Amino acid sequence: MKKEEKKLTAAELPAGGLLEAGTAQDFKTGSWRSLRPVWNKDKCIHCLTCWIYCPDSAIKIAPDEKKTTVVTGIDYDFCKGCGICARECPDKIKAITMEEEKK
Amino acid sequence: MVKAIYPKGKIVAKTGNEVMAEAMRQISPDVVAAYPITPATEIVQIFSQFVADGKVPTEYVAVESEHSAMSATIGASVAGARAMTGTSSQGLALMWEMLYIAAGLRLPIVMAEVNRALSAPINIHGDQSDTMGARDAGWIQIYSENSQESYDNMIQAVKIAEKAKLPTMVTTDGFIISHCMEVVEVYPDEDVKAFVGEYKPERALLDYKKPFTLGAIELQDYYFEHRWQLAEGMRNAKQIVLDVAKEFKNKFGREYGFYEKYKMDDAEIAIVTIGSAAGTTKFVIDELREKGIKAGLIKIRVYRPFPAEEIAKDLAKVKAFAVLDRADSCSGNFAPVYLDVVSALFANGINIKSENYVYGLGGREISTEHIAEVYSKLGKIAKGEVAPSKTVEYINVRIK
Repeated sequence: MKKEEKKLTAAELPAGGLLEAGTAQDFKTGSWRSLRPVWNKDKCIHCLTCWIYCPDSAIKIAPDEKKTTVVTGIDYDFCKGCGICARECPDKIKAITMEEEKK
Repeated sequence: MVKAIYPKGKIVAKTGNEVMAEAMRQISPDVVAAYPITPATEIVQIFSQFVADGKVPTEYVAVESEHSAMSATIGASVAGARAMTGTSSQGLALMWEMLYIAAGLRLPIVMAEVNRALSAPINIHGDQSDTMGARDAGWIQIYSENSQESYDNMIQAVKIAEKAKLPTMVTTDGFIISHCMEVVEVYPDEDVKAFVGEYKPERALLDYKKPFTLGAIELQDYYFEHRWQLAEGMRNAKQIVLDVAKEFKNKFGREYGFYEKYKMDDAEIAIVTIGSAAGTTKFVIDELREKGIKAGLIKIRVYRPFPAEEIAKDLAKVKAFAVLDRADSCSGNFAPVYLDVVSALFANGINIKSENYVYGLGGREISTEHIAEVYSKLGKIAKGEVAPSKTVEYINVRIK
């Protein structure tokens, strides 16, 4: 949805077209999905292969109580539903499956 | 003859190229990325020898083309380095797109540019078509009459560029000044270093704690605002040029401005020109003055930003003037400097009879006789005996 955006003037803009870093955080691409990855916590062995392959950094990870990095979920604000995580999850595990995105 | 003006100044014999390289050594930039081209080669060649001999700690990047030279210089500058380069003619032409990028990104790059004719035909000799072709790029352009000026201009250019946040080119006429041995006064290393000071960029890509993006796309809704900023930066650069010239005079003694006025106070006929031909013109003026002819000269030093108001004021009292352009603009109309001068006069409501001459292309000689002829015709125009031409005229070229 396009909001009414107030355009900056030349006086307000930084010189040389400088843009502060990290603005991708504000641009949520989750609405682009037509398929959604569903993560099964019990099947997951936390090999982190899905995290390595995700092109959107949309696999959420965190250290557990033993300071081991584990998968904690999927960031649906940014996940575009490409399905790479489901494909790369080891065949014997398949902790991620793709489902239709219900709108 | 150059007299030592600064108490700690040293009189030396140097060509234009040698003294520009010397200025670069004293400025001691962080990075120089360059590619050789006649007649500018020696500047970066001598400088690279300084680097090889450990006389300057600069990181010298020997790139594979002038386009790469400017690209690497831009990269270094955005990273936070004080970056410089040097080129001429086809080299400047090859880096053309990067010139616009350096200006658009507001990088204080300083470039030594030796004015040489543009191909085709191939010609390695002095004329100003190369930098005239880049006059819209958003670079500050400072033209030198002789070696002393080229040395002083290089030193001032660093401060001007960094204050104005605009890339700056300092030029000399190819071979005429670049390869001509002259008597020059140079200043001690510490004094030059102190004058240019340390480069403290507001933002630098190597400062990873404050990351940013530079050079992104801007669509129809923002590009224009940024280009306005660039044009405004050029307008603001006028005062900066004067401020730095004042600092320079206070420190080293020589006075500089947008242009030099030679016997203009009571001048009835005047020539406006840029570069080494100004020196020849001064000689002719002295001869004419002996005969009671009130001739004068405005020698433009800072062509971009163009000192419109000021030139209009200083030409207002003459009866006729001629602009001598060492570059032609194939506009079917007039040559570059003439266009800037007359538009300045017109915008200020001043209408004076004037002529435009193109001279010296491809290093073609311009002599005292040629200049005397220009003044002679100006004299007749001033008296109303002859009408000024409605097109550009040419000096010393075989037409028929």
